[in-house]
Amino acid sequence: MTDTSVEDRPTGADASKPRLAPTDIRNPDYFHKVVDCQWACPAHTPVPEYIRLIAAGRYSDAYMINWKSNVFPGILGRTCDRPCEPACRRGRVETDPVAICRLKRVAADNKDDIRARLPRPPAQKNGKRVALIGAGPASLTVARDLLPLGYHVVLFDQDPHAGGMMRTQIPKFRLPETVLDEEVGYILDMQPELRLGHRVDSLKAVLAEGFDAVFIGSGAPRGRDLGIPGRKEAAANIHIGIDWLAGVAFGHITRIGRRVIVLGGGNTAMDCCRSSRRLGGEDVRVVVRSGFDEMKASPWEKEDAMHEGIPIHNYLAPKAFTHANGRLTGVVFEKVAAKYDDKGRRTLVPTGEPDVHMECDDVLIAIGQENAFPWIERDIGIEFDRWGMPKVDPVTMQSTRPGVFFGGDAAFGPKNIIWAVAHGHQAAVSIDKFCHGEDIRERPPPNVNLVSQKMGIHEWSYDNEISLDKRHKVPLRELDVALKDIRTEVELGFDRRLAWLEAQRCLNCDVQTVFTSNLCIECDACVDICPMDCITFTENGPEDEVRTRLKAPAINPTQALYVSDSLKTGRIMVKDEDVCLHCGLCAERCPTGAWDMQKFLLETAQAGTACRSR
Amino acid sequence: MTYLAKPKLHHPRLPTNKLGYTRRDYEGAVSTLCAGCGHDSISAAIIEACFELDIEPHRVAKLSGIGCSSKTPTYFLGNSHGFNSVHGRMPSVLTGANLANRDLIYMGVSGDGDSASIGLGQFAHCIRRGVNMVYIVENNGVYGLTKGQFSATADKGSKNKRGVMNTDLPIDLVGLALQLGATYVARSFSGDKKQLVPLIKGAILHHGAAFIDCISPCVAFNNHPGSTKSFDYVREHNEAVNRLDVMVPREPITADYAAGTVEEIVQHDSSVLRLRKLAADYDPHDRIAAMAYLQQRQAAGEIVTGLLYVEESAQDLHDYLGTVDKPLNALSDAELCPGAEALEAFNAMYR
Repeated sequence: MTDTSVEDRPTGADASKPRLAPTDIRNPDYFHKVVDCQWACPAHTPVPEYIRLIAAGRYSDAYMINWKSNVFPGILGRTCDRPCEPACRRGRVETDPVAICRLKRVAADNKDDIRARLPRPPAQKNGKRVALIGAGPASLTVARDLLPLGYHVVLFDQDPHAGGMMRTQIPKFRLPETVLDEEVGYILDMQPELRLGHRVDSLKAVLAEGFDAVFIGSGAPRGRDLGIPGRKEAAANIHIGIDWLAGVAFGHITRIGRRVIVLGGGNTAMDCCRSSRRLGGEDVRVVVRSGFDEMKASPWEKEDAMHEGIPIHNYLAPKAFTHANGRLTGVVFEKVAAKYDDKGRRTLVPTGEPDVHMECDDVLIAIGQENAFPWIERDIGIEFDRWGMPKVDPVTMQSTRPGVFFGGDAAFGPKNIIWAVAHGHQAAVSIDKFCHGEDIRERPPPNVNLVSQKMGIHEWSYDNEISLDKRHKVPLRELDVALKDIRTEVELGFDRRLAWLEAQRCLNCDVQTVFTSNLCIECDACVDICPMDCITFTENGPEDEVRTRLKAPAINPTQALYVSDSLKTGRIMVKDEDVCLHCGLCAERCPTGAWDMQKFLLETAQAGTACRSR
Repeated sequence: MTYLAKPKLHHPRLPTNKLGYTRRDYEGAVSTLCAGCGHDSISAAIIEACFELDIEPHRVAKLSGIGCSSKTPTYFLGNSHGFNSVHGRMPSVLTGANLANRDLIYMGVSGDGDSASIGLGQFAHCIRRGVNMVYIVENNGVYGLTKGQFSATADKGSKNKRGVMNTDLPIDLVGLALQLGATYVARSFSGDKKQLVPLIKGAILHHGAAFIDCISPCVAFNNHPGSTKSFDYVREHNEAVNRLDVMVPREPITADYAAGTVEEIVQHDSSVLRLRKLAADYDPHDRIAAMAYLQQRQAAGEIVTGLLYVEESAQDLHDYLGTVDKPLNALSDAELCPGAEALEAFNAMYR
């Protein structure tokens, strides 16, 4: 017998070198990583699962999957930082990812009354008392997870209404108050004890009340100031961005000057400039030290601002505020350029060109936020690092004092809502275990289900036809209407028809290609049909080398290779997960059922008896 | 078969050839054959070969008869000419087309039923006339479309799916082709594209009658332990005499081979066939020795594969007939009907 496979083996395949081991698909992480969106989501929301339900018109079911995982589907469907979208496989297969975030909103907009499906607090409480400081997304998540378990939860906040930064920093034209009130209301309906409207000035005092656990979700409430000449003299017309937004949110501020300069390039700056446009600002401009691409604001937020006629000026560093007779007259900027050193680190250096003076009536400073914990005594066992941040375990969210937990922006500095939710879930698990005397470092495994989607010959329980549509744009309200009232929502959201079309762009990455080595007869049918050239039958070898000699070289090292056991001919099956369409044609063309399409559903464990060991 | 068309999306870094086409541009409609059919692998190999040779799809005519194999031209080269003829009559249609337009690349795709049973006579005469073509038989040893009866190429003693033994002797199409004067003869296996793709490329570049017998397991009816045309049996008894790399144009040998193991064959169109010898004493230029070798190895139960015979300076039907270089279908009225005077002069030659 002539073993052609040996004869054709490339010279690089040396038997002494490490060879690829078969993929262990029993490890939940393997298929979880294939679902790029879910893996990228801090709360690990099962994205394709709810997108299919939206396509099927089952909006309430889609909403409940979201609600369970990320607590605020209607809010996040409008405001999320969407880490899932840059990760979306569709973005690698064609150009743009699926509009996951706005599909989430579709579920929220079109659902029926779901209140009957929400958990209720039991009549019999469990006797444990937990304090939540700050009533923002992190604390509300902890409350939602613990209240149905019978905990007595006490919510503290300085503001008169719960919601935290979702209420004080996100303008109403992006997030209508009704949506916020509804989703915060679902949690308040579970009847936590509310202590709103006054600040907590001493953690010691809270601890003295004898809570079984304390969670601190107080956010990053201090806006960074800009100490340049003229700051004091012109103080009346210079505002800190997040404080100004809060003033707008609570109706204390209703007007701003005709000419406004917003300093900073983050999402807060975008909210400031767009709010200004609605409160009398006609000549509103954003001025940023860095280049356009390096700005911290999400690309879509920059787009939205520019759409409203707000120019963004880059590479201008503020040097001084100019003023006359105690009134602000403008800002002087120095022109800078980006220089990179050998290590790729950027510094902004003056170009030497003449300074630029921009006239304005008001300035909003949105150059960053800081944490501040003056109310936490330093002698109660909670250690802080040299940046003034608490030392927090990133898995358990516990501080150095047992029973005191942190989450959201208060834990690791400013992030976003979806991270706050993820922290809240993990903290709730820790608190539940802590209150039951268990080791909080033992984390509960996720709930995983892997089941075949085969319904019959060439029939699958998911829609495996691949849509060729490009990403659909979310319709917006006309500009002149949108700019008239700060409470008018700009985005109209997808209607049901557009939502269906956009949902069809989802590749169903959770429907996994599962390979059973001992059924394979190596007929090449899957190799020939695969539209993306993902599958190769080849000799084993070191991963780096195997990656180069696949049918399409696997040059994206962040995406796994699915490797089979050794087959009859001594070769292995290697599938590059990178650009698989999950169309199931490999399974349709497989004569022996060696390939099967199986839906992988992973739900992270949440607080409750299931996550406890006894 | 599948109900879905193959998605149009392709790998973001799919290479293009000199014409700017990707391999996907050479595909046809989605196959309606059984899942796992060897024929689909042969279609994929033809697609690969045409892509790699930068062939313009409109320069190819694919012709077939009847049967599973003869359905396959629908599944590759969707932008080429096609003709699905009567059962076993593809060789005549191909010969006629070739006579009318010698400029196209002719690809005759047939099966063991179409060529070894109903079309055996047509097959024989097409080969012996030396029609310039690629004649591929997708040989699975059974009549798949009628539920798996033995075909004329099934080995004596092999069993069908229900365990019944074949009592008739097989027709060896490679032996026939050699005996009838084919000038490029190869045998390959659908499960070994590394061998098959270069053999198809060599056949396309060959000037003359090129014949490829490609064993192609029928997964539905002939891929069981009693079969001699199953994936397992062919893999176990496959004896490749050489490995072919096709090169156009000529490039220096860069791979490191032992002396005397590589032979370069320059074809009619100056394309180069580079043969790596696997059986040391096998000479692909000796027709009679090749026939004897094949008979011996077959008797020993082996399936000999590779480029079995090639005649680099072969001639084809047009050379034999002395036709003009211009395709006959492109000749103008003036050329075809030179007028009364020319007729008079012609007739005068015989007076």
